[in-house]
Amino acid sequence: MATTFDLNDDSVVVVIGTGAGGGTLANELAQKGVKVVSLEAGGYHEPQDFIQDEWASFGQLAWLDARTTSGDWRVSRDFSGLPAWIVKSVGGSTVHWAGASLRFQEHEWKTRTVYGNVPGASLLDWPIDAAEMDPWYTKAEDKLHVTRTGDRPGLPGNNNFKVFEAGAQALGYQDVHTGRMAIKSQEGPDGTPCQQMGFCFQGCKVAAKWSPSYDEIPKALDTDNYELRTQAHVLKIEHDDSGKVTGVLYADKDGNQQLQKARVVAVAGNSIESPRLLLNSASSMFPDGLANSSGQVGRNYMRHMTASVYAVFDKPVRMWRGTTMAGIITDESRHDPSRGFVGGYEMETLSLGLPFMAAFLNPGGWGRDFTAALDGYENMAGMWLVGEDMPQETNRVSLNTDVLDQYGLPAPNVHFDDHPNDIAMREHAWQQGQAIYNAVGATRTFPTPPYPSTHNLGTNRMSENPRDGVVNKWGQTHDIPNLFVSDGSQFTTGAAENPTLTIVALAIRQADHIAREMAAQNI
Amino acid sequence: MIETKGPKGLTRRELLSRATAASASFVVGAGFVAGRDAAWATELTAIKPETFATLVQMARDIYPHDHVGDKYYAAAVKGYDTDDDAGTIELGINDLNAAARNAGYDSYLAMGWERDRVDILRGMENSPFFQQIRGGLVTGLYNQKEVWPLFGYEGESFTKGGYINRGFDDVDWV
Repeated sequence: MATTFDLNDDSVVVVIGTGAGGGTLANELAQKGVKVVSLEAGGYHEPQDFIQDEWASFGQLAWLDARTTSGDWRVSRDFSGLPAWIVKSVGGSTVHWAGASLRFQEHEWKTRTVYGNVPGASLLDWPIDAAEMDPWYTKAEDKLHVTRTGDRPGLPGNNNFKVFEAGAQALGYQDVHTGRMAIKSQEGPDGTPCQQMGFCFQGCKVAAKWSPSYDEIPKALDTDNYELRTQAHVLKIEHDDSGKVTGVLYADKDGNQQLQKARVVAVAGNSIESPRLLLNSASSMFPDGLANSSGQVGRNYMRHMTASVYAVFDKPVRMWRGTTMAGIITDESRHDPSRGFVGGYEMETLSLGLPFMAAFLNPGGWGRDFTAALDGYENMAGMWLVGEDMPQETNRVSLNTDVLDQYGLPAPNVHFDDHPNDIAMREHAWQQGQAIYNAVGATRTFPTPPYPSTHNLGTNRMSENPRDGVVNKWGQTHDIPNLFVSDGSQFTTGAAENPTLTIVALAIRQADHIAREMAAQNI
Repeated sequence: MIETKGPKGLTRRELLSRATAASASFVVGAGFVAGRDAAWATELTAIKPETFATLVQMARDIYPHDHVGDKYYAAAVKGYDTDDDAGTIELGINDLNAAARNAGYDSYLAMGWERDRVDILRGMENSPFFQQIRGGLVTGLYNQKEVWPLFGYEGESFTKGGYINRGFDDVDWV
């Protein structure tokens, strides 16, 4: 308990970030007896500290350091300084996530082979497949208490789901249910089940939704192998003349720089900060940044094809009551090029409170056309559309040397252009989403544009060949054997599914690999 | 802050006795703007009362909700009543009134139809002033907890035990 490690202790694994990837990896390693120091840029929030007020919560949790955007995506116009809606806190963006926990479909591990050559896309097969990942997914589902897996029942359907389900059935969709959710659906020794509070995005105040903040980190702290340092913002990863990483330079809560030595470093700062850190760690030996001999660090940024559909009915729905995203239609997630695009998309229930609905329904909109929609807020239902977007080399996180953060380091610029496949998929999804609500009597529907990205993926992608990506099938960088990437930036391609379950499964698997390689003295 | 004054506060007669100007919606006097029904009044320190009344009308024309009273729009823009912001606001409202005069009216507030006022706003919707006011209203208006019930929104649920026993699945029409 309350172990502390010396800054000069070079036997520790330093894990940067405590989200789905980093938080899971840290606990898994600590349970195996590996000494771990977690460096987390944010602070620690107890579940009772979470605020059920959208803007106040945003101020408490959101990562608001300087960022810039470019490209033709609408987020760049509507929210130019906020490319992503992700979290700076112990637990990372799992504090904010909705809990949807879906496995990749088999073909989604091999999209270059299955989809073929898509012009403009840098598709690549993952160096792993569904059979390889199956046992790790099972471990992840058990860890996250995912409903409708194992013997865990589904969540009950809320108002928003009942409208969604009726529309789906009217259209003939087959696979409609309350989702596979990392939200406890029954009483048990593991804690309180969902109380249908309706504020999944603001941090679950009863901790029914899985987050490393209260599910992984405390377990790691119960071992003698783990130290958590909060408000520790990593600036640079250092290396020696042999090219191995040796430690991590960070700013502590008082702004003082500290250097923690390390035997192994694992980067899990989400897909914007992770490549930025590798790029900001450039040295005379690695002038293009660490682990970047391929030139792929920061490239192939993916954010999922996203959109929403909201609809107003002539009777109340009160969609905000209950679990935010416990509803899914998976029929459109198949790969079926006859629809005019490769890959597929999921349709998932979603609600926003009135303050965020005003901000996100049609950013920049005003006048009666806009306000008549909000006048129908109580009678509104909503869904999120999330599908596979095409990786493109030119969609990338790069350093903006014109804008410095509070530590004087170049801010990340996030460049994104929609691929024609993304646009075709979004149009199809908007059409189907509107058809669902029209089938149950919607009086008006709203095809709503993407929000700032919550699924940030691919900027340190996994590849068989070191030429094509940044990390190998274990998340180990091709260039530096004791440097790992442990978050969604490893994703070779994005699949249609919400990414967290796959990030967790990869982290559990990676912990196994790191412990084995350390024991064998290979790293 | 916005003072809500009912019968025990300023009476309508008292308000009107202090007023120097009035429009269809507002009573404007030295250092204050009030609703014609005296249901609300706001004291001003930096912005001219006529300017503030025009700003409140502009706010309503940008995000018109007929079931939301003027006091909420006044509250949404009250934050501009500071020495730092007053200059920008006076200039912006000047432009608005100039556009109204070009359209043949005495002022923006003198335009009786919302549609005519909105035409004026459309003509300036890319200006920094319009975007500042519109952008500020997104939170200034819709993040007032007092406004939420007017849209049916119930706000936090934790202190009431969530909705597990309070109608999370009470839709009965599908």
